[in-house]
Amino acid sequence: MIKFVLMVNRQGQTRLSRYYQPVELSRRAQLEADVVRCCLSRRREQCSFVEYKDFKLIYRQYAALFIVVAVTENENELSVYELVHNFVEVLDKYFSRVIMFNLDRVHIILDEMIQNGHVVETNRNRVLAPLSALDKLADG
Amino acid sequence: MSDVVEKTLTALPSLLSLDSQPGSAKLSSASKLGHLIRGITDLSSKHEEEKLIQGELASIKDQISSPSTSMRQMKELMVRAIYCEMLGYEASFTYIHAIKLAQQGGALEKRVGYLAVSLFLNESHELLLLLVNTVLKDLQSTNLIEVCMALTVVGQIFPKDMIPAILPLVEEKLNHPKEIIRRKAVLALYKFYLIAPNQVQHIHNKFRKALCDKDPGVMTASLHIYLNMIQENPEGYKDLTVSFVTILKQVVGGKLPMDFNYHNVPAPWLQIQLLRILSLLGKNDSSSSEIMYEVLDESLRRAEMNHNITYAILFECVKCIYTVHPKSDLLEKAAKCIGNFVLSPKINLKYLGLKALTYVVQQDPKLALQHQMTIIECLDHPDLIIKRETLELLFRITNSQNVTVIVEKMLEFLRASKDDHTTTDLVGKVTELAEKYAPDNEWFIETMNTVFSLGGDMMQPDLPNSFLKLLSEGFDSAEEDRKLRLFAVDSYVSLLQQEPDKLPQRFLQVISWVLGEYSHLKEELEPTTVPMLLAKVLAMKNATSETKTWALTAMTKLCDGGAGAAVAQQVSEAYSSCLDTVLRQRGHELQLLSQDPELRARVLPRGAGPEALEVDSSLSFLDEYVSEALAAGAAPYKPPHQRQEELARTKALSLEPYGLSLPISMSSCSIADRHSPTLLSISSGLSGNSADLSNKGGSTTLKLDGVKRVWGKEGYLVQREAVEEGAQVEVPSPLLSLGQQEEEDQDGSGPSASQTATPTPTATPEPEQEKQQLASSLFVGLSSHSDVSLMGKSEQNLHRFRRKAKGSASLSAGRETTSDPAVSAPSAVDDLLCDSPVETPSCTQGGLAVANGRCSDSELTNGDAAGGELRPPGEDGLDGEDGPAPAGDLDLASRLPDDLAGLPHSDVTPLGSDGSLDLSACHVQGEDSLSLLVFVHNSSSSDLQQVLLELHSDELEVLCACENTLTEVQSGRTAMCRYLLSVKKPAAHVEVVAVVSYPTPDPRSLRLSYRLPLSSFIRPLSVSTEDYGKMWLSFSHDTKQNLRLVGGGREALSATLSVLERKLRLRVVEIIGTEGVLACRLLPDLPCLMHCRVHAGTLAVWLRSPVPDLPDCLLYHCQRAFTED
Repeated sequence: MIKFVLMVNRQGQTRLSRYYQPVELSRRAQLEADVVRCCLSRRREQCSFVEYKDFKLIYRQYAALFIVVAVTENENELSVYELVHNFVEVLDKYFSRVIMFNLDRVHIILDEMIQNGHVVETNRNRVLAPLSALDKLADG
Repeated sequence: MSDVVEKTLTALPSLLSLDSQPGSAKLSSASKLGHLIRGITDLSSKHEEEKLIQGELASIKDQISSPSTSMRQMKELMVRAIYCEMLGYEASFTYIHAIKLAQQGGALEKRVGYLAVSLFLNESHELLLLLVNTVLKDLQSTNLIEVCMALTVVGQIFPKDMIPAILPLVEEKLNHPKEIIRRKAVLALYKFYLIAPNQVQHIHNKFRKALCDKDPGVMTASLHIYLNMIQENPEGYKDLTVSFVTILKQVVGGKLPMDFNYHNVPAPWLQIQLLRILSLLGKNDSSSSEIMYEVLDESLRRAEMNHNITYAILFECVKCIYTVHPKSDLLEKAAKCIGNFVLSPKINLKYLGLKALTYVVQQDPKLALQHQMTIIECLDHPDLIIKRETLELLFRITNSQNVTVIVEKMLEFLRASKDDHTTTDLVGKVTELAEKYAPDNEWFIETMNTVFSLGGDMMQPDLPNSFLKLLSEGFDSAEEDRKLRLFAVDSYVSLLQQEPDKLPQRFLQVISWVLGEYSHLKEELEPTTVPMLLAKVLAMKNATSETKTWALTAMTKLCDGGAGAAVAQQVSEAYSSCLDTVLRQRGHELQLLSQDPELRARVLPRGAGPEALEVDSSLSFLDEYVSEALAAGAAPYKPPHQRQEELARTKALSLEPYGLSLPISMSSCSIADRHSPTLLSISSGLSGNSADLSNKGGSTTLKLDGVKRVWGKEGYLVQREAVEEGAQVEVPSPLLSLGQQEEEDQDGSGPSASQTATPTPTATPEPEQEKQQLASSLFVGLSSHSDVSLMGKSEQNLHRFRRKAKGSASLSAGRETTSDPAVSAPSAVDDLLCDSPVETPSCTQGGLAVANGRCSDSELTNGDAAGGELRPPGEDGLDGEDGPAPAGDLDLASRLPDDLAGLPHSDVTPLGSDGSLDLSACHVQGEDSLSLLVFVHNSSSSDLQQVLLELHSDELEVLCACENTLTEVQSGRTAMCRYLLSVKKPAAHVEVVAVVSYPTPDPRSLRLSYRLPLSSFIRPLSVSTEDYGKMWLSFSHDTKQNLRLVGGGREALSATLSVLERKLRLRVVEIIGTEGVLACRLLPDLPCLMHCRVHAGTLAVWLRSPVPDLPDCLLYHCQRAFTED
């Protein structure tokens, strides 16, 4: 099961965070800093999975952007690793039309894909359908 | 292939992070969020960030409450608030506005409102209640987008108590024509299932409909619910195996629309989900596994494409194949597949391969042999996570032959590790291995020294305690015990002479205790040496007062006149005015006892060993007091967890900290006690969750009995080793012979060994040779035991499953169909219905009178003829004289139905009477059932109509084949009702309440209760010693106690156990030396295991079961059995 998803830049600043298990607001900054330090310190040829406390971190780098997903021990690391890529492909597909940074839209896309720590949709068209409908309404 | 895509995606981050990119700059400069993010990115210090965000929050606060703010602006503000909170700055003033936005906003604004709510609030936040109305409204909206949004948020966060308000609406959506609405509705129900499973129990059939939905998305959504439900109760969903297999077959076969593909692989995450479900269904179940072999084979074959995602599927597939009932050719293919993983140059795949291997070596250690060279390489891998995973793998294949090498590797890792969590985990594992497989005393003590030095104060607190317990309890041979202790003393003296201030506190405490207890064994030591060393510990700057307490107590044990006393005197003076009260107390004790050797010998007798303390944990001696108090109107005792639940419900203060304090205070008071290990074991028993704790630590599960264990992780070790040796002679594989040589010659120089063992025909260069030597020492003793364990596992699985299936079948059959002749219990009821000699109420209407008539006939004949045979001799005496039972019922017990004749039964106990009806009851113990017979005797002069008998119980499940309406009981006759009882909630005694009511001549009802001991539900359980060992490990509830032995001498153990066998129907599985194991089950099929060990003239009993309270209750009855004996 997925515990949280993080998007951070190379300086370790959080761009997006979504927790699927409650973590107090006051503890998040420290946790995220630890997690980011854990992943940023690794070299490219090293394994994309890292142990952190009693769970695993799976990270993937896209130029200056890191996406880190924390999962429990029983999760299939490689499937999550590819889930990250699928997510990025979806973002790529959507944002190639509207070039604009929108925290809310990225969240909406993520919510379609992961709910309660489980993968609920991976079909790109279906992931984007609700958001596209909203856009259409806003345009029209 | 993915690399290509990755390159095209490198443009993406610039979109997201607004790093300088010409296109986006123009557009985003208008966005205030963009401005904020840009500002943050440029900052260099945390302080500046805080200033900026506080300013931002102030401006948001300003605008958000202004009435002129439009919804569009509100949305903009909300996104900025989300961003601020994401950085860790609370924006709680916006929460209410988020709800408002969800309520009043247009499409996208509404969605952002819902999004903010799901990000800001947690499940128990009170503001969430304000959302319910909005959700309700949106669910009823004609706008599908609004319905969709409402369902999405419900699937993420919703107040548990309000589920009933929207449940009908959500259910309705399951029939919606739109795929997306149906899918979201299923996901919302999944959320309900997660937070309040009871609320959706009644719609399980609707989940089935979702599973069969024509849209693959809806079906996929329903799998989340099924995965959870099957995890909890695999037996309940076996019938769906075929459906899941068919779905997987279609997915693998590419029957889904193209847009479900990911990199040309059809719905990979769906495949993974299905494989997880299948492995749950096929586990320990050969017939379900049979159904899935074909599709598993196909999944393996299809996933040939070289892409990460196919490997992810393969990993799941391999796990599934090794989880379900084994099939040899599939196992072979899966093993080959693992080979591809571990040999892959891609590091992520290598990692996954190791993980898979770690999973499968538990079933088949031989696989580790196949990949030994790769494993050796991974052991020296520069990437720590690979190394760590490899150690995990080695931990699973450790045996007595390779333990030294593997432990050395683990310690090596520990020395380099900086992570606390890893240290705690590994320290626990090393300890477990050392205690289980230690080859000799020296190695054991030295390994534990390293563990204590490295693990230090990070280790689980029970670890040092169990080590001390192990030292003090000793093993079979007194000479060996002496040597072990002596070696420990030697080792600790030299450690303290070096640099004691580098040792962790826990280790110093252990050292102090051991020196205090055993340094007298080393006679050549000067009497002042050890006290001086302890004084050195006391004088250390970094010693905590806890450590000082241990050291002072140790010194008190040693202040034997002369020079030792002088040191003691000096120290005690320093501490008798100490500010710390505990230390001052110890200082005074030391002073007094060092001056009075006689008193000291009485208070702290040397070499007394842990004293056996008999503790009656069930507190049976208070029974009388309790019943008196209850009779006087006192409230019944509630266990702490129940009390707390109730308190929480009434929103009173939580008493949690007090609840926790008991075991802590016990262990702290034992610090100073000479017999601390015993006390500690009691406290851990009292705390009730010692098993959970030890499981977490992965360390203490079985350590209490010492190094030379008879039962180990893999079951019964002595037998296992014997088998291994036998097999080694028969199958002299090259690797094994190498292992044997290695064993014969510990420091054996390589050449001769590697000649026989080189797996590759090519000549081996020097480093290669070293690796092979390492390999031979790591993988020694593996190949032979693989067969054993594989067989052992499947046998056990089969056994367990059968037993369980039988139990549940008879239960459900009892509820639904009563005419299944294959099931013993209900068929017995059938017999009763047809040919019972006593009237049963549900006989066909016409035959009632006739049956009654016949009944009185057979009553006489049966009673006379069979009366003597029915009761096992000496087991019961009917107390007809002193009970109010009417004369006619004297022989009620002899009128048992035919199928129960000959079974042991209790006395017929009169329950009570109201003048016209007399009730009495007895219970009969069948092999797989417990029947309760209730006799209703009409002692009035008129017939009674419409007599209704109902039974209730809190602890028991009461089953009856018939409607319990005793329609008529004629004057002077006795009617009998028969019930099957099984235990829902174990308690030392369980109670059934019977209510009889009848309307004429005037409405009356009679309420009576029948109490029976839990022991009547105990039946022997046949298991092999090996299965016993496996079951033992998997059970989490336990209790421990010392009991009195029956008789003395050599036969004491078997005599004692036979009492248990006779009186409580426990099955003695095996007795080896001073240990014995017993097994039993609580009807229908709840196992409970018992481990007994004779120690110091008492019987140390340890009970374990998967059922809470069962060990305690059984222990209570064991004690009773002995007191009665």
